[in-house]
Amino acid sequence: MSSLAQKKGVGAIIWDYLTTVDHKKIAILYLISGGIFFLIGGLEAMLIRIQLMKAGNDFLSAGLYNEMITMHGTTMIFLAAMPILLGFMNAVMPLQIGARDVAFPFLNSLGFWLFFFGGIFLNLSWFMGGAPDAGWTNYASLALASESHGIDFYALGLTISGFGTLIGGINFLVTIINMRAPGMTYMRMPLFTWTTFVASALILLAFPPLTVGLFFMIFDRMFGANFFVVEMGGNTIIWEHLFWIFGHPEVYILILPAFGIFSEIFAIFSRKRLFGYTALVFATILIGFYGFMVWAHHMFTVGLGPTANAVFALATMIIAVPTGIKIFNWLLTIWGGSIKFTVPMVYAVAFIPSFVAGGVTGVMQAIAPLDYQLHDSYFIVAHFHYVIVGGVVLAILAGVHLYWPKMFGTMLSEKLGMVTFWFFFIGFHLTFFIQHFLGLLGMPRRVYTFGADQGWDLFNAISSAGALLMAIGVIVLLVNVVITTVKNVRVGNDPWEDGRTLEWAIPSPPPFYNFAQTPLVRGLDTYWIEKMEGNKKGMVYAEPLGDIHMPNGSIIPFIMSFGMFVASFGALYFQDDSKPWTLAVLIIGLAILFGSMLVRSLKDDLGFHITKEELMEDLKKGGNTDGSK
Amino acid sequence: MMKGLTNWRLFALMTALLVFLSGCGREEISTLIPAGKVAQDQFNLLLLSTAVMTFVIIVVTIIFVLAIVKFRRSKLGDDMIPEQVEGSAKLEFIWTAVPIVLLLILAVPTVYSTFDLADVTAMDSIDEEGNQTSLTVNVTSYLYWWEFEYPEQGIVTAQELVVPTNERVYFNLISADIKHSFWIPSIGGKLDVNPENVNKFYLEFDKESALLDDGVYYGKCAELCGPSHALMDFKVKSVDREEFDQWVASMQEEPEPASETTAQAGEELFGLEGASCIGCHAVSGTAPAGMPGPNLATFGDRNRVAGFMEHTEENIKKWIQDPQKHKPGNLMPDAKTLNGGEDFTEEELDALAAYLMSLSVEQ
Amino acid sequence: MDLNKRYTPQSWPDHPETATLEGKNKFIGFWLLLAAETVTFASLFATYLALKDRGPSGMEFTSSGLFELPLVFAMTMILLTSSLTSVYAIHHMKNHNFKAMQAWLGITVLLGVVFLGLEIYEFNHYVHLGFGYTNSAFSAAFYTLVGTHGAHVLFGLSWFIALMIRNSKRGLNTYNAPKFYLAALYWHFIDVVWVFIFTVVYLMGAIS
Repeated sequence: MSSLAQKKGVGAIIWDYLTTVDHKKIAILYLISGGIFFLIGGLEAMLIRIQLMKAGNDFLSAGLYNEMITMHGTTMIFLAAMPILLGFMNAVMPLQIGARDVAFPFLNSLGFWLFFFGGIFLNLSWFMGGAPDAGWTNYASLALASESHGIDFYALGLTISGFGTLIGGINFLVTIINMRAPGMTYMRMPLFTWTTFVASALILLAFPPLTVGLFFMIFDRMFGANFFVVEMGGNTIIWEHLFWIFGHPEVYILILPAFGIFSEIFAIFSRKRLFGYTALVFATILIGFYGFMVWAHHMFTVGLGPTANAVFALATMIIAVPTGIKIFNWLLTIWGGSIKFTVPMVYAVAFIPSFVAGGVTGVMQAIAPLDYQLHDSYFIVAHFHYVIVGGVVLAILAGVHLYWPKMFGTMLSEKLGMVTFWFFFIGFHLTFFIQHFLGLLGMPRRVYTFGADQGWDLFNAISSAGALLMAIGVIVLLVNVVITTVKNVRVGNDPWEDGRTLEWAIPSPPPFYNFAQTPLVRGLDTYWIEKMEGNKKGMVYAEPLGDIHMPNGSIIPFIMSFGMFVASFGALYFQDDSKPWTLAVLIIGLAILFGSMLVRSLKDDLGFHITKEELMEDLKKGGNTDGSK
Repeated sequence: MMKGLTNWRLFALMTALLVFLSGCGREEISTLIPAGKVAQDQFNLLLLSTAVMTFVIIVVTIIFVLAIVKFRRSKLGDDMIPEQVEGSAKLEFIWTAVPIVLLLILAVPTVYSTFDLADVTAMDSIDEEGNQTSLTVNVTSYLYWWEFEYPEQGIVTAQELVVPTNERVYFNLISADIKHSFWIPSIGGKLDVNPENVNKFYLEFDKESALLDDGVYYGKCAELCGPSHALMDFKVKSVDREEFDQWVASMQEEPEPASETTAQAGEELFGLEGASCIGCHAVSGTAPAGMPGPNLATFGDRNRVAGFMEHTEENIKKWIQDPQKHKPGNLMPDAKTLNGGEDFTEEELDALAAYLMSLSVEQ
Repeated sequence: MDLNKRYTPQSWPDHPETATLEGKNKFIGFWLLLAAETVTFASLFATYLALKDRGPSGMEFTSSGLFELPLVFAMTMILLTSSLTSVYAIHHMKNHNFKAMQAWLGITVLLGVVFLGLEIYEFNHYVHLGFGYTNSAFSAAFYTLVGTHGAHVLFGLSWFIALMIRNSKRGLNTYNAPKFYLAALYWHFIDVVWVFIFTVVYLMGAIS
């Protein structure tokens, strides 16, 4: 089964993507499905802003509005932001460390399909009796009181996609620990690889508490357990703890890779190595570490007592220090550089003030007594959108432009990119800046309507207008993608011309076996070093051209994920007496899951080899594998 | 806290700026126009942290703007290769140390205030005669309304909290069903109302609410609690101590039967012989707490119907006809269930509205 | 990697489980998975401690007096012994003594099955006393914590059995050596978790 075959029909392409274990193709799958969920989440956001456009609006009913905010938050965090970032990690990180692939290609595929089926399952709730409506935080007393199956869709869907994410995290950790090219020491790893590493460690330790919490929720709702049933001795605050022990690191799981993308961009488009690389690395590790010690700052108003509140307030403030270190090091990176304002760089530059604004409001909320006022008001809505949109989404948009040529071999239009940027950037500040003041004026979050007499009308109208601009920006981006794909102008290895790290030393898109010869890394920004020394071959290589061992593709990850998907329907309707088939469906689903696991473990699958001859043939056709422009 | 109050001039300036930016907001609900010690403390922390953070933003902005103006490639030329600077230990030290100092400035008042605002030790203290020295209110939240019990005085009211000004009022919060959060923005920050434990805190009310445009402060539920979370409002009347004592005294009296004819008809309909409204709603201030529906003893004195609709007979009638339409998910049965399978007639609604409006302890 | 390569005890590497890149990857990946499992059980333990003896007013069963300590002690000894026998199995795996390894794994599985059987008996016994899953928050926390461990035992046993059957004809090579090694590692982890359950749930329950 050699993948060197060239022309394929549509069916064959689909089959190829269903069975692929290639990190670059899986990256594309993550990007496309994450992108689609991003559009769905964006649509939900637009409906929310239409409802709040004016006082007493009746565009959405109260119940539907709650479903909308729940699905907006859940979709954006779990199904859009995280998968798209996982997509970039897949596309870029193995190239950055000069690896053949990730450590577990099969598990990589499994991780994707679990996320995908989990996301589909969650969104099917819209068509099967109602979406979850207890907020993305799904606080237990409200979640247990919710009558529709929405909460069950939430708990099961997130369990499935959470397994996928956990698998992805382990995979990246092992890849970075074990599969770096010769010379790629830890302190020579590009910052995006570092942030991938730390974010993966956070995934590893943060997702299990969420999974445990979700299982409690499932057992309570479907099997009559009493973890959160107060009359039966349960305690709903346990859910809040478990959720936020996951939830706070989750914020860093999102923002650290964003920091990584921006670090790459600042260095590339300033033509300058990162200022204070060591400090940036340690700041990343510190942020990840502190991320686990501050969860209760989401619970200042729960009544944990002044001692707990004071301790968590101080711990939270400390995080501002490493974050500040990062901001100043970035500023000093562009200081004295030669700044080229490409689309990715414009996003990176815009990120600094946006994220600083989100950061300082974060410190304000760390002041526990002040947070009693700010918590659960529109101030906090403004704050976390400044962090997530001003940090993560800007990074995603920057990353799409930066890595598009590496992933697809074509350049997105810079002109249309600038149009998207300005609409999105202005729209973003228009939407969310004003929301700080709505919160200070007493507007609680998650309200489906508000009275005309409370002084909030004008600001809400402005906020809704801003949302429209953001939507226009995203539509222009889609147009850009279509035009670029149709034009199909191919680019070389280093389309931005100032690439510094290994991924720019390989053709765009790279051949499926990545580097024909593993490169030798001679320092930080290794490709830049070779370029400055005038190396015509692109890189110095650590090994002669030889056979390459590759893993076989497999449909089993898809089937396993499908099995969990099927089993979830059985669990979902388990307590409905009108549906006697639930147990059978549950068993069939689990049988598919464990059966395909068994097939996988009983069959020897040793992969295949690309021989040296085939490789040389391919290099002749592909031309540029040696890295020269 | 004193540390935060040293530079009054700066605060005055910041206040002016904030108020200007915010378009003021309404005095009944804005956290920017604090009307009590708790909200004032929190507002001072807001000003202090805004000042510190503004300093940070200014520093970043200056470096940022200079950098993107000075080092553009269009100015420097395409061939320029900048020096590959590795870093600077001195600079790293500065931008580690300075933020730590700034955070310390914030940390001290934070810790002080956290303990200060949670200090409820005086709650149970009693004088020589065995009376409590300060007022305590037990707040119980229900899907989507609030009950206020004054245990020492033996009275219960709902939806409109009445409190004396210029003294500490202590609160015990617990939920009868799911989690809510108790928030009066212009008086002080929120505290969650959990189903499993009693949360305690205090508030102070500096100003009589009669001086406000609307005559009451606005209270909100701040934790998502279902479809009508947005409508789970309550109101606060702050009155001076004398007036408060009067109010308590008249709450403690048994209500007189209705005097006017329409209201009398309404009272009958309200009672066990009629639609049995009284099975859920008490009309006496001394009725026990924990009834399924809000206590209506002060209904005529209220500022709103159902917490958010204008206080008119028209709205009372609308509400009774179809509570679900106005507050989806609330637990009040619809008119047909109450009235033996039939809607209330227009006369019956008029009578009920007249009766409810006659329930008053203030006159 | 060549499956047909025949090893002798002399040519067999010292650390067959990490002799290949795949083996090294699995080794590290599995330790990371155990880290995640540790957090999972930590969450379950924390919940158990928070909900211990919590239930509706007047509930019948609390941790003191409910548990069958002698039975649980026997279960503990059996599981600890099975951990030891799995150590012997891996010892023989490293010496490339396939038959001895299979034999010791067989004993490990046998002990594991007995443990699982006793646990099922124990649960059944409590349910017959009237201590059901839906009785109280305490019962839910107890059954979920101990039951999750039981599910891990079941999975560990299935893994051992699948490996033994699958490789019975093929013998040992560097492709399946990491699998045996990791299955045994998993078994030790399960054992350690049980020691905590025995202490926190059963012993501390009996003392309180």
